[in-house]
Amino acid sequence: MHNMTLAQLAAALQEGRFSSEELTRALLARARELDAGLNSVVSFAEEQALAQAREADARRAAGESGPLLGIPLMHKDIFCTDGLRTSCGSKMLDNFVAPYDATVVARLAAAGMPMLAKTNMDEFAMGSSNETSFYGPVKNPWNPDTVPGGSSGGSAAAVAARLVPAATGTDTGGSIRQPASLCGVTGLKPTYGRVSRWGMIAFASSLDQAGPITRTAEDAALLLGAMAGFDERDSTSLDEPVPDYSATLNEDIRGLKIGLPKEYFGDGLDAEVGARVQAAIEEFTRLGAEVVEISLPNTHLAVPVYYVVAPAECSSNLSRFDGVRFGYRCEDPQDLEDLYKRSRGEGFGAEVKRRVMIGTYALSAGYYDAYYLKAQQIRRLIRDDFLRAFEDVDVIMGPTSPSVAFRLGEKTADPVSMYLSDIYTIAVNLAGLPGMSVPCGFAEDLPVGLHIVGNYFDEARLLNVAHRYQQVTDWHQQTPAGFE
Amino acid sequence: MDWEPVIGLEIHTQLATKSKIFSGASTAYGAAPNTQACAVDLGLPGVLPVLNEAVVTMAIKFGLAIEAEIAPRSVFARKNYFYPDLPKGYQISQYELPIVGRGHVDIELEDGTRKRIGITRAHLEEDAGKSLHEDFHGMTGIDLNRAGTPLIEIVSEPDMRSAAEAVAYMRKIHALVRYLGISDGNMQEGSFRCDANVSVRPVGEERMGTRSELKNINSFRFVERAIEIEIERQIEILEGGGEVVQETRLYDAERDETRSMRSKEEAMDYRYFPDPDLLPVEITADEIEAVRATLPELPDARRARFESEYQLSADDAAFLTAARETAEFYEATVAACGDARLAANWVRGELFGYLNRENRDITDSPVSAAMLGALIRRIQDNTISGKIAKEVLEAMWKGEGEADAIIEARGLRQITDTGAIEAEVDRVIAENPKQVEQYRGGKTKLMGFFVGQVMKATGGKANPAQVNELIRKKLGG
Repeated sequence: MHNMTLAQLAAALQEGRFSSEELTRALLARARELDAGLNSVVSFAEEQALAQAREADARRAAGESGPLLGIPLMHKDIFCTDGLRTSCGSKMLDNFVAPYDATVVARLAAAGMPMLAKTNMDEFAMGSSNETSFYGPVKNPWNPDTVPGGSSGGSAAAVAARLVPAATGTDTGGSIRQPASLCGVTGLKPTYGRVSRWGMIAFASSLDQAGPITRTAEDAALLLGAMAGFDERDSTSLDEPVPDYSATLNEDIRGLKIGLPKEYFGDGLDAEVGARVQAAIEEFTRLGAEVVEISLPNTHLAVPVYYVVAPAECSSNLSRFDGVRFGYRCEDPQDLEDLYKRSRGEGFGAEVKRRVMIGTYALSAGYYDAYYLKAQQIRRLIRDDFLRAFEDVDVIMGPTSPSVAFRLGEKTADPVSMYLSDIYTIAVNLAGLPGMSVPCGFAEDLPVGLHIVGNYFDEARLLNVAHRYQQVTDWHQQTPAGFE
Repeated sequence: MDWEPVIGLEIHTQLATKSKIFSGASTAYGAAPNTQACAVDLGLPGVLPVLNEAVVTMAIKFGLAIEAEIAPRSVFARKNYFYPDLPKGYQISQYELPIVGRGHVDIELEDGTRKRIGITRAHLEEDAGKSLHEDFHGMTGIDLNRAGTPLIEIVSEPDMRSAAEAVAYMRKIHALVRYLGISDGNMQEGSFRCDANVSVRPVGEERMGTRSELKNINSFRFVERAIEIEIERQIEILEGGGEVVQETRLYDAERDETRSMRSKEEAMDYRYFPDPDLLPVEITADEIEAVRATLPELPDARRARFESEYQLSADDAAFLTAARETAEFYEATVAACGDARLAANWVRGELFGYLNRENRDITDSPVSAAMLGALIRRIQDNTISGKIAKEVLEAMWKGEGEADAIIEARGLRQITDTGAIEAEVDRVIAENPKQVEQYRGGKTKLMGFFVGQVMKATGGKANPAQVNELIRKKLGG
């Protein structure tokens, strides 16, 4: 069962080959056993998952059928879950239980998906390697000495290791796509506003977006269809109809115009990774697509702009973690200032503190114009680059990450080199565009991801393009040794 | 040297919405602590604000009432600071792009002239919670019921030149928001409070002096007093050769003094930036016109109408239109009795006497407009005299019932029977021959004496006009 995709599981459940409860029990047992070496899970939700599975079986017995009914998944531990701890990978929230479900959680529960577990992540989604988690790093199933990427590293590793057919992630600067790339799975960051942020713990509000992590584009279409849509509780969610993403998966892509930004294939890109991406693009030309070289001239500014905007927003978003009402509180505070200083000093890890400090500085009187305001202006230029490109091309392709999974500890001492691992993904968040990573080969026996970027609300096209590619390749079907 | 004070006010007015500005929790006052704070108000992780549309409409109303420009696009920003009763670690406010731009109101000065006070801007924001320092044994209690309550902050130009002008301005804004129905203006409950920026400069000087900011004053009396003593304090410093320090000060009503809270050096850097959780507020011309159509008659227009329609003096019209409730009470009284002049006298002179003595609001008056109108009708139809009417009003105020019932129960009906009055007049004349002689000898002042005697004998119920006429006739004859 664990090797089946969402689409295959849906068919099997409908045919009555096994029940949701049987499937859920089997996956729980497998996850409990195999996660010991991965650390992809922070909290299991065994009883709740089984109850949800039984309910799904009852719904099916009552005549209901839905593409996701009865299929278990895992949620990144950034989504609030009513009654089950939501830690966000932080000591600060190690004791936090939300009294509400995130909209994403509620929608997928309503679709009948039992939640098996909450997955490990970089603390408050700040990291590209999953090493900043309070619960320890996640291991990449392809090689336990390497990182799974981050911040949705637990979700990507769990899907790659076949612990679960699908998981949710969030992507602020690449946190779905980069771990999907490093773990050899399919990940999609939707257009900003496509999926509700209600109940998703904010890192950088203007960049955060939830999306699916699955093995195939076909599955991503199913999951996104259930996650997306307007939510009156999120003012930044957009009131646009959600198309049937599955319906257009097989559309012909002959004549598709693919833009290759010259800036994405220059210095800093691992040669092997570049070769795999070029090979994937050749595959698309065989499918009838047309390749055009384009330029996104402000690409080099994306990382510096991001590391002003995201920390600025995070410095404010994380102010609520003050030890007063919930979360970690230091022992025996002497006075108010002591309460704040020690609760935050002890509750947050080093990367979070670094970003809070950068952001606080960038927003300070006298620096605001030079940093935050300027960054927002450049952000507009970066967006304009993309919009100009989309006048001529349908999708933009390139590598998701400049290298394959790096070794645990390799970049922890050098934050800038860590930040550069998101160089191709970050601009997409700054522009608010949808982006996707699909497996396109291996380098040094580790997965390589192809990055596909679309115009606003063009998720259906991304999924169509990725699906057609996955029909003629089998990179997405490869399984890490020990997890077959 | 002569000194000129320069004063500007920032008035925080709670908007009268049922739910909070960014959540569905109730804004009702007086609930048990923390029972009206939902996940959004508590700033729990993952929650998001959603703007309450009603506050936008209220802000537009205010903007139109002060003839200000309504911003077609305004932006909510985060004001970042740490405080235990500020759940998110930031207050959602408006900073660079407020919803209401430059406007003005006119105030009446003591000498009867009017003065225009500029309003720089008005913006929407959420209130913080409340820190409770008593009853927690050295610890602080936090009540977040108030957190997220909608406020409109109204910032004036530094156009006021005395404490009295500042109070007149504050009263004007108070009346305006209540006329508009956008705030209950309840100062005890903190729905209407202000910060005052005060500086002084030598008369004739153009440049402003260094100012201090007096925080969180919640009564007209305190505003006046706080500004007065702050002006005195600054003049004293300057005349002693010192310099005023830019700082935030707190007015202590018990000690009747202001004292320093924090200096400019300690001023917080709020690190404002646009709130990424909220979209800019976009308002079209059509929406503004739709709100304009719902505007009630505003104080200035109502006062002008009272002068023309009811032939009231400027003073009476100003008094009776100062608060929407008073104006409505007055008009209801006029409707009930049909005499605008008498109604003005009785509302302003008599009823307000009782209200002021007992420090009650007119909305809380035990005598309704209909009841007062019915009483006035009894004066008009000569059932009772004005003097007796005062006695009836007192009984009504004490809850003894309607005017007619009291008149009957107490037997206060005026004696209009000419025969009965004449008998009393004859008796008084017969019993006081000396006074009659003096009167006929030219001491006409004694008229009052005879009238008094007749009134005394009739328990004040004789119609005074009839008594006068009869006595004059008999003595003159």
